[in-house]
Amino acid sequence: MTDYIELFLRSAFVDNLALAYFLGMCTFLAVSKNVKTAIGLGIAVIVVQAITVPVNNLIYNLFLKEGSTFLSSYDLSFLGLICFIGVIAAMVQILEMTLDKFFPSLYSALGIFLPLITVNCAILGGTLFMQQRDYSFGESCVFGVGSGFGWAVAIVALAGIREKLKYSDIPHGLRGLGITFIIVGLMALGFQAFLGI
Amino acid sequence: MAQQTSAKDLIIEPVFRNNPIALQILGICSALAVTTKLSTSVTMSLAVIAVTACSGAAVAAIRNKIPGSIRIIVQMTIIASLVIIVDQILKAFAYSLSKELSVFVGLIITNCIVMGRAEGFAMKNSVYDSFLDGIGNGLGYSLILIVVGFFRELFGSGTLFGYTVFPKQEIVDGSMQGWYEPNGLMLLSPSAFFIIGIFIWVVRVFDPSQMEEA
Repeated sequence: MTDYIELFLRSAFVDNLALAYFLGMCTFLAVSKNVKTAIGLGIAVIVVQAITVPVNNLIYNLFLKEGSTFLSSYDLSFLGLICFIGVIAAMVQILEMTLDKFFPSLYSALGIFLPLITVNCAILGGTLFMQQRDYSFGESCVFGVGSGFGWAVAIVALAGIREKLKYSDIPHGLRGLGITFIIVGLMALGFQAFLGI
Repeated sequence: MAQQTSAKDLIIEPVFRNNPIALQILGICSALAVTTKLSTSVTMSLAVIAVTACSGAAVAAIRNKIPGSIRIIVQMTIIASLVIIVDQILKAFAYSLSKELSVFVGLIITNCIVMGRAEGFAMKNSVYDSFLDGIGNGLGYSLILIVVGFFRELFGSGTLFGYTVFPKQEIVDGSMQGWYEPNGLMLLSPSAFFIIGIFIWVVRVFDPSQMEEA
């Protein structure tokens, strides 16, 4: 049990996907202009990450890996990338339809963010890290939730800072993208401090 | 983009005037993580140039036959296949480098530059133009990667491509050798953000048209 808690804290804070591995940066910078949309995207990422990482884990262990459960005599790991991206795209699509049918209010809140997530590097990155670090099924569930949570925390925090930033006096050339990078750098420094836990 | 852009413009334009990272905020994800060393940055750049150029050409070649509703999936499949090829080549010929790049080769698939150019340019232009456009955008990406990689390796470990440039300060046989104290921060993730932030600042000071009101 302690292992799982440790893995959760590690994936959420120390190995934060956004700040330590720079994953999902494109959306991270583009959608962090106000807190409300940032929260919506953050939740969407947590949900998708929590589903896709375990599913990909099963696919990898049951079919693709050398000596896997069903196709043990073939090494299909080179097909990994194309399978994972397919699973992610399919999962996002299914999730979208389910939400639309059963939770229309949540669906309209997440809106355009769901399809965008397919090309979010954080999601594919989570799966690839799972493959590389050889997580078991239980570990990959925890890792999925933890890393999604870490990403969501980071984007909400950045959105909060950027909202306040409108009132500050920044050198002209640095406005917009430049200062955002510097802020993200400072946030990454802050998250490094979690290494001590 | 204008129809009669020359081949030279197609390559030069995205490198300086319309840099995919500095201006369009595309493809930063993978850009930063591999830049602790110059050699990994260069490898990554070559991989991205190859994938962007080939996927652009491939998408452009079949652009009139792709039904609009499934074009994203078709593009994804083309890109994913190319990335798998690059990944396998790296594993076969440069195994240690591919270990260092770890998951980031695979992440070229979700690199917005590749996707963005396939969707935004290759769907509307000829094979040859798309190929050049892919090379140009790949070069624009490489420029930033190599600049960041250069500074991080030089100041972080005092080396370039693994060769010592600034001799490290250390005690050998009781006497002091070298003078450079490596800056450990440069090897951590925050420094990459600082360097890109400053890089964008410099670009915008020289080219005020890129400034944004925020």
